[in-house]
Amino acid sequence: MKIVINGEPREVTATTLAGLLEERGLPGRVATAVNEGFVPATLRASHVLRDGDRVEILAPMQGG
Amino acid sequence: MKLFYGTALPNPLMLGTAQYPSPAILEQAFRTSGAGVATVSLRREGAEGAGAAFWKMIQDLGVLVLPNTAGCHTVKEAVTTAHMAREVFGTRWIKLELIGHTDSLQPDVFQLVEAAKILTDDGFQVFPYTTDDLIVAERLLAAGCEVLMPWGAPIGSGRGLSNTYALRAMRAEFPEVPLVIDAGIGLPSHAAQAMELGYDAVLLNTAVARAGDPVAMARAMMRAIEAGRLAYQADPIEARDMAEASTPVIGKAFLS
Repeated sequence: MKIVINGEPREVTATTLAGLLEERGLPGRVATAVNEGFVPATLRASHVLRDGDRVEILAPMQGG
Repeated sequence: MKLFYGTALPNPLMLGTAQYPSPAILEQAFRTSGAGVATVSLRREGAEGAGAAFWKMIQDLGVLVLPNTAGCHTVKEAVTTAHMAREVFGTRWIKLELIGHTDSLQPDVFQLVEAAKILTDDGFQVFPYTTDDLIVAERLLAAGCEVLMPWGAPIGSGRGLSNTYALRAMRAEFPEVPLVIDAGIGLPSHAAQAMELGYDAVLLNTAVARAGDPVAMARAMMRAIEAGRLAYQADPIEARDMAEASTPVIGKAFLS
C-alpha cells in the first residue's frame, strides 16, 4: 500500500496507524494526524490505513 | 504576580527555544537566565529521533512548557496542531498563533478569536498571540482566554514596542488580566519598557538566540525584566517638559 508520510510517498506493509509507527521505528513521543485530522494515541491501533492516506507524524521541536 | 490559569510563573521571562547555535547554548541560556517558561513546537519527526533528545533536555530544565501553533494559517490547522501538542507535551497550555500576513506575521485576529473559542470549549488554556487592538482583546476574553499576549512588534524584528500608547491602554483597560508582550523585543531596554508599562511577562526568542552571545543576552534580558518590574511597582514619576531643580533652592549662598 502506498501512503504519504510527512510529505514523502512511501510503500508500507502496516495496516493500522499503530503498526505504521512501529514499522517506521517511531513509537516514541509523537502525535499523529491522518488526512489532516488528529488521531489520538489511544485510537492508533484501531485506525485502519487506506491507500493514498496522508499521515503526519510530529515530534517535539524548538519553537518561539 | 498574577496567576496564569492558576499557575504562578517562577519569573516573568518566557523564553523561546528556536534558532540557538547549539542545544548546549540553548540549555545554558535557560540555566543562566533562570527563565521559567519555555515555548516549544511540533514538527515532522525524522528517523533520527531529534524530537526525543530535544524533549529530554527541556524536561531536564524543569521549566513550564508552552507549546505553540506557529505557522498555522487556518482555524482548522491551528486546532488540530493544538490537539497534537496537548497529547505530546501533556499540557493544556497552548500559545495560539494564527498568522494572517506573510511579511509581518501579523495575527489573523478574526480566526484567532474563532480558534480560541473552540479550544477553550475543549478544555485548553489558551495564550493568544494577538495585536494591541482592545476590541479583539475583549473578544478573546469573551471566548474564554484568561491571558492575552499582544505583539510588541513583528516576530523576529527586534524593533521593540511599536505602539506604547496602545499597550499602555491595554494594561489600563484590563488591570486584572495577565498580559504578556510577545514578539518584537530586540534589546533588554525593550523588555524593561514592557515591564515598566505594567506587563506581567515578556516572551522573546530571536533577541537571545541570535545574539552573538545568547547566554549573556539571556542574563541581560532577565535583569532588565526584573528592573522593569521593580520600577513599575515603585510607582515612577510622571515625565514633564521643563526642568524642576532637584537640589533645594532654600539656603543657597548669595555669591554673585
